[in-house]
Amino acid sequence: MKVTVYIPESSMRSPRKMVREMLVDLGSSLGIARQLTLRDIRSQYRQSVLGILWAFIMPVANSVTWIFLSMSGIVKLASTAIPYPLYALSGTLLWSVFIESLNSPLNQTNAAKSMLSKINFPREAIILSGVYQSLFNGFIKVILIVVVFMIVGIYPGWSILFFPFAFLSLVLTGTAIGLMLTPVGLLYTDIGRFIQVAMQFLMYLTPIVFPIPQSGWGKMLFNLNPLTQLFMVCRDVLSGVATNYLTGFFIVNAVVLLLLFISWIIYRAVMPIIIERMNT
Amino acid sequence: MSESLIIVDHVSKKFCLDLKLSLWYGMKDMTSEMLGKKNLGHDTLREKEFWAVKDLSFEVKRGECLGLIGKNGAGKSTMLKMLNGLIKPDTGRIEMHGSIGALIELGAGFNPILTGRENIYNNASILGFSRDETNRRLAGIIDFSEISEFIDTPVQYYSSGMRVRLGFSIATQFNPDVLLIDEVLAVGDMGFILKCFNKMDELFPNTAIIFVSHNMPQVSRLCTDLIVMAKGESVWQSHEVSQGISLYYDLFELKPGNFVGSEKATIEAIYLTSRDKDSRTERSLEISHGDELNVHIRIRLDEPISSPRLGLMFYDKEQRNFGEVFNFGDFISIEKAVGCYTFIAHFPEIQMGQGVFSITVAMTESSSYNSKIVFRMQSAISFRVISTHHGWAPMQFTPVWSHVEGGF
Repeated sequence: MKVTVYIPESSMRSPRKMVREMLVDLGSSLGIARQLTLRDIRSQYRQSVLGILWAFIMPVANSVTWIFLSMSGIVKLASTAIPYPLYALSGTLLWSVFIESLNSPLNQTNAAKSMLSKINFPREAIILSGVYQSLFNGFIKVILIVVVFMIVGIYPGWSILFFPFAFLSLVLTGTAIGLMLTPVGLLYTDIGRFIQVAMQFLMYLTPIVFPIPQSGWGKMLFNLNPLTQLFMVCRDVLSGVATNYLTGFFIVNAVVLLLLFISWIIYRAVMPIIIERMNT
Repeated sequence: MSESLIIVDHVSKKFCLDLKLSLWYGMKDMTSEMLGKKNLGHDTLREKEFWAVKDLSFEVKRGECLGLIGKNGAGKSTMLKMLNGLIKPDTGRIEMHGSIGALIELGAGFNPILTGRENIYNNASILGFSRDETNRRLAGIIDFSEISEFIDTPVQYYSSGMRVRLGFSIATQFNPDVLLIDEVLAVGDMGFILKCFNKMDELFPNTAIIFVSHNMPQVSRLCTDLIVMAKGESVWQSHEVSQGISLYYDLFELKPGNFVGSEKATIEAIYLTSRDKDSRTERSLEISHGDELNVHIRIRLDEPISSPRLGLMFYDKEQRNFGEVFNFGDFISIEKAVGCYTFIAHFPEIQMGQGVFSITVAMTESSSYNSKIVFRMQSAISFRVISTHHGWAPMQFTPVWSHVEGGF
């Protein structure tokens, strides 16, 4: 018979046992995550008339603003490999995918508070379900980008086969950063607000609506930003442009996977402490 | 089958009442948890902390049900959360054997927009069922909940009773080794509660149950062992369930209730006597089962009242009205009178079992067509019966038994 022991000692003191439990729980959270995802997707638009359209309205409105600014000459932008309206549209849509996955660990955990404080189930399911939902919602946006690209005659070619990896790494990067901030974010709401502010700022340091500057310290900042590698690869692959960011892309991904693993350990270990102090 | 499925060994848990400090302690605890410090300092209190659970030890075997009772905030639910692995103990050790089922706020995680049927799948998966298992048990779950006609209605249109029905049906469809129950049967109707108890009786022989409740009839119905908790500590722990229940009631001081009524009449004084005992000289009157009881009441009538009647109503600690006296008019007639009167009601033999009982006094006025209340004083006075009969029922009879040869 299975014996479960609860003691005050930190789980860090028996790392082998901890990793074993993490893997077991990850396995058993797959089914739950699937069910939670179905639950959220089903209920998300049931009380809405426009339904899934809302997934597009914000990013499209955002890119329209930038297309207007660029066309009217209010803002002078460097030239882009694809026509600027498409650059801005694909940028803002992909950015919204990234932001959603970044907010997801904190939002999902907050939404599951009442469950977390009453039912003992693998906590991984919450995070995993967030990843699933980001992938699902993101996938719809990607379809939109591809369709618009094709209409104006931009075809991705074989490089599209690489896109799922690029897309996954975009979502996992967001998840890793979001998950890292979640434990403190659950205690202090400052973290949630900080993310909002920081991300607005970060958007302009990433090739979303601005192309990478040709020279100067702006160019350096863009290149130092690890997100640049991810977004450039995503967009280049979608638009069939040869990309020179692959090396950086793989380095960033290796770091992200490590970060994801560490945040996972922290999330698990501190959950009992948070449930104890959380308002339910 | 006598293995212990739940072993709790000197477990304590502390809590902080101050929000800002609590969050800050949370940050500190998270840091020391991550650094894997050997001495976490969990055994000492920090500023504004208190022991929500202190030094609790018990074992529950298969086929046993341990009741945790006590006032609000005594630490019962905190203990359950630790047993369920939701929060960690600060000291001590908890060992749980086998699968654990928890009935703590049924239907947590129900999505109000989704239908009952969809929520069955969600809830079941969180409780650890696979989709196939749920498919197999779906009919049973819907059947047990008795809400099949609403099963495709969004849960937000369910009544609270219907939600509990659905939650209970899902949670008890698999047979756990350990079952934790926290005050979940409060909203079901009588029929459903009986059904739940039957279900629990079914699970009982193979399960170790922990039952947290404020409903003493349910506790006495289900529990084989009892812990009375006060301020996080166990103040009483034994197999003598009914004794524990009277102790629980003693935690609540019985204060004289409100006086309601017209200005026409009032109670000047009320006291009890029994043999040489007198409630005016003793803080709480204690009488033995079988002793006499005299209720002395002094009443002042300020206005004439037509056919005044005095009634006494006996309440037990559960506030159950289990006995009444309404034969005042057969003995006394004070028609159209004012002034002070003293009455004594003499009970030659008190048949109540162990416990505290209270008497509510009421006066009525009758006219030819109706009767209305002049005053009513809830729990005007109380007394304790000392008895060797620890039964659950308020009346403990002691008839004379005889054995008849040869049958009827």
